[in-house]
Amino acid sequence: MTDFLQLFLSGLATGSIYAVAALGFTLLWQASGTINFAQGDFVMLPAFMMLGFASFGLPLLVAFALTCVVSVLFLGWGFKRAIADPLLRFGMMPVIVATIGLAIAMRAGIRAGVSAEAQPFPSLFADRLFHVGGVTVTLADVGTLAIALLLVFGTQAFLSRTVTGRAMQAVAQNTDSATVLGINVPRMIFYTFAINALLACAAALLVTPTYLAKFDMGESLGMKAFFAAIIGGFTNSRGALLGGLIVGVAENLAAAYVSPAYKDAVALVIFMLVIMFKPEGLLGRKAERKV
Amino acid sequence: MMKKARLLATAMLAATAFGAAAQTGPVKIAGIMELSGSGATPGTNFNNGVKLAVKEINAAGGILGRQIDYQPVDDQTNPGVAKALAQKAVDDGAYVVLGPVHSGATLVAMSETQRGEVTNIIGAEAASITQAGDPYMFRSSFTQLTAMPKVARYIKDTVKAKTVAVMFTNNDYGKGGRDAVVKAFDALGIKVVADIPTDPLQVDFSAAVLKAKQSGADALFLYTLEEESARALRELRKQGWDKPIIGETTAVSQKTIELAGDAANGMVGHVGLTVDAPEPRIKDFGQKFFNEYKYKSEHNGMKGYISMYVVKAMTEKIGKFDSKALAAAMHGATISADKNPGVLMDIGFDKNGDIERESFLIKVDQGKQVVIDTLPGTVK
Amino acid sequence: MNNKKLLAGLVSLALLLVVPAFLKNYGVYLFTYWAIFVIANMGLNLTVGYAGQKSLGHAAFLGIGAYSVAILMKAGFSFWLGLPVAALGCFVIGLGLGFPALRVQSIYLGFATLGFNTLVWLVMRNEAWLTGGTFGINGIGRPTVFGLDLGRNLPYYYFVLAFALVLAFLLWRLLRSPWGKAFTALRDNPIRAESLGIDIQAYTLLSFAIGAAYAGVAGGLLASLVQFIEPVPFTVGASIMMYLMVVVGGPGYFLGPLLGSAIGVLLPEWLRFAQGWYLFVFGIAVVLLMLWLPDGLLSIPDRIKARRLARDAAAARSAATAKAGA
Repeated sequence: MTDFLQLFLSGLATGSIYAVAALGFTLLWQASGTINFAQGDFVMLPAFMMLGFASFGLPLLVAFALTCVVSVLFLGWGFKRAIADPLLRFGMMPVIVATIGLAIAMRAGIRAGVSAEAQPFPSLFADRLFHVGGVTVTLADVGTLAIALLLVFGTQAFLSRTVTGRAMQAVAQNTDSATVLGINVPRMIFYTFAINALLACAAALLVTPTYLAKFDMGESLGMKAFFAAIIGGFTNSRGALLGGLIVGVAENLAAAYVSPAYKDAVALVIFMLVIMFKPEGLLGRKAERKV
Repeated sequence: MMKKARLLATAMLAATAFGAAAQTGPVKIAGIMELSGSGATPGTNFNNGVKLAVKEINAAGGILGRQIDYQPVDDQTNPGVAKALAQKAVDDGAYVVLGPVHSGATLVAMSETQRGEVTNIIGAEAASITQAGDPYMFRSSFTQLTAMPKVARYIKDTVKAKTVAVMFTNNDYGKGGRDAVVKAFDALGIKVVADIPTDPLQVDFSAAVLKAKQSGADALFLYTLEEESARALRELRKQGWDKPIIGETTAVSQKTIELAGDAANGMVGHVGLTVDAPEPRIKDFGQKFFNEYKYKSEHNGMKGYISMYVVKAMTEKIGKFDSKALAAAMHGATISADKNPGVLMDIGFDKNGDIERESFLIKVDQGKQVVIDTLPGTVK
Repeated sequence: MNNKKLLAGLVSLALLLVVPAFLKNYGVYLFTYWAIFVIANMGLNLTVGYAGQKSLGHAAFLGIGAYSVAILMKAGFSFWLGLPVAALGCFVIGLGLGFPALRVQSIYLGFATLGFNTLVWLVMRNEAWLTGGTFGINGIGRPTVFGLDLGRNLPYYYFVLAFALVLAFLLWRLLRSPWGKAFTALRDNPIRAESLGIDIQAYTLLSFAIGAAYAGVAGGLLASLVQFIEPVPFTVGASIMMYLMVVVGGPGYFLGPLLGSAIGVLLPEWLRFAQGWYLFVFGIAVVLLMLWLPDGLLSIPDRIKARRLARDAAAARSAATAKAGA
């Protein structure tokens, strides 16, 4: 039983990491219909930025703050103006391809410009172990899960309790009506991109100590985030959390009890099952077909 | 009659002059390197080692008075591309081909270099490469079939483990190593009680470590890539694994130690090449590499560097730039490090193109590799 | 077809036939590699460009085709048995993949195909008893045609080129037929198409199946070209590259795959001087290309035409207003 608990708790920690990445992805899709194939790399770049700032002697949290500012500027505003705005009206394909190109460029740029190797990354949490009922958890596991929950529920609260948040929701549901109601649609969309950039930075801070900063760290993280987002429900931000946790735990359990070699297949299988039987995701609402 | 003779003489003179000119320009050495894709890290490091050697050799006057024209190209860790690049190298008249480092790419490229009769020194470690009877193929590191028995013997004699859990990366490198080590364990009567495959880029090792613990093995043999080893080590420490952990090359490399931090302490491993070996020539190399590239070299960097110096040493021995003759001369050859400091350690090649050389047993202490034993090679 | 297009077609054909004879081994190999991807991408263009489906797992079919031929040839069967098996197998599996497409749309479908690709790759890597696992299958032979051995590169190039031409012709006929119109209807307005009596489900499945079959053939040819296969070239990354090739060339344009594959295969060659940065340049180039030409490179003539028409219309309008005003 303790083995199961050990796997379960480790899975929760890993899953919360997927959840944070999935959350930004979901928000972006909801608010602007942008599918960001470079989502994983949006986590990778801030990780390297933080390392860059830290190499000048700045403490981790200061580096984090600076990175947030730079990310909002480039990965938020810059991304929106340069890529999303001009391409969204041509349908989904150009945006997808452009973000694929962006992902390739980001990865190659870091690999050629910084290093092809993994770099260690300082952890926010001290290196402490807790033994609870025969199960070992690290402070980082607990801390990551706590912060991830905070981020998800915080974002949810922001969206449903504040005026700006409600305006953003309105834009997501029906852009034309929102415009008619006098909501500054472009600005609301920008806020979404900005939040995505901030969430990516937070994810980088939490994830990179374990993942290690490497140019291709975004690839598998992004993939898991996509699946987690869809499993949980693309129309619901809490779905991202649920999806991420499910994927994290299921992977671990499958690796131990079924077959380690097919670990990556777990997220896929769950994903396939979900889209076959509940395409809107576990927590999602059915989307009406627009004729 | 005289006119014809004179014509012939002029022609011959021109030919020899032309021939001589062809023998004094820069000598082309091709490099097929993984500079992108999953093999980018070993490939880039190997390439950097070669480039450093080329720089030094050219500064000292080149090989037999000719400068080296080294052209590395990226095979993208794709065997199809590697094959094409090997053909290109042969077409372009390369004297020697260095690389690839990825085993899959090597298996394909080697048929091209063999067909073109061009000597090929590789960085790959898969055992099958030197079992195919290719007379132009030479390694720069131990084949797994040479290295693993040494590790197994250490585990049997010193660690005195009767049962072992094997954790390995599920790719050509990891599987090759696992197959070789299991064979070696079987030969010595050590039982493998857990066979744990892991993925490249795997992040969560809780299930893998749990399996190791559940097996009740006396020791764990870790054969994963650098980042995965670091994560595995952290997880092992987290779950309270207190039995010996033994690794080979990657699991105990400098990079792994850097990434794992304290979790690596106490680990023992066998390495064919380490920059931390207590040999002045190796330490010298380590310093030069660091000065040039601003990071510490690992075994792939050393492989690349040594390969280029092997080419220099053997070419000087045969006195000409003939790839076929070079390959023939290399079989059974021994290169002394005293006379050719660039090869860093005495090295010998057998009839299959495998090498024999000293190797080291190291222990990780306070985040550094400390050599605890030197295992002799069979080099005379 | 007007005369200009016919002439352009004949000239390109002549080039394709003659140029490789003057190239060395490496150049011929590259041309062959390109031709193989043209075949695979023609299939993908049908699924994505003409039928409007989101298929991000095409490399899986390339792999299935390659492994089918490789396994059968190593077991002693002829290439000429392996290739139809590969094509048929991929057709059937493609039909199977089409089923999720019926349930979900657009981006969900994209991810489903991506998942399929990863699953296939995992099987290729793990089931070593069948596929050789990570070590792959080495020493695959070349086929013989009427007793002629295709071991050398140039004959094999012509062999692959022949396949490409035949398959292109078949595709062209398909697209000109009512089936082709049904595919484009499916892409442009599926609901209206359904209301016109087109069996959406059948055509969706078919677009996947045919696209997959083309990739299967390409995969078989690839296995004999490289004479060694392993799972590495059939990952999601490869699928995404193929998708890029189709979109960059111009989805829904017949010659799109030709251009797109050329860029995908040859660009890394041209950019070799950039050393480690060539992928970076490629990525940026893709982004810029999308911003400038979201419909792919082959949309340039259409755009020029559209712009000219717009200019003429504007001129006509101003002339009319001038006349009316006067």
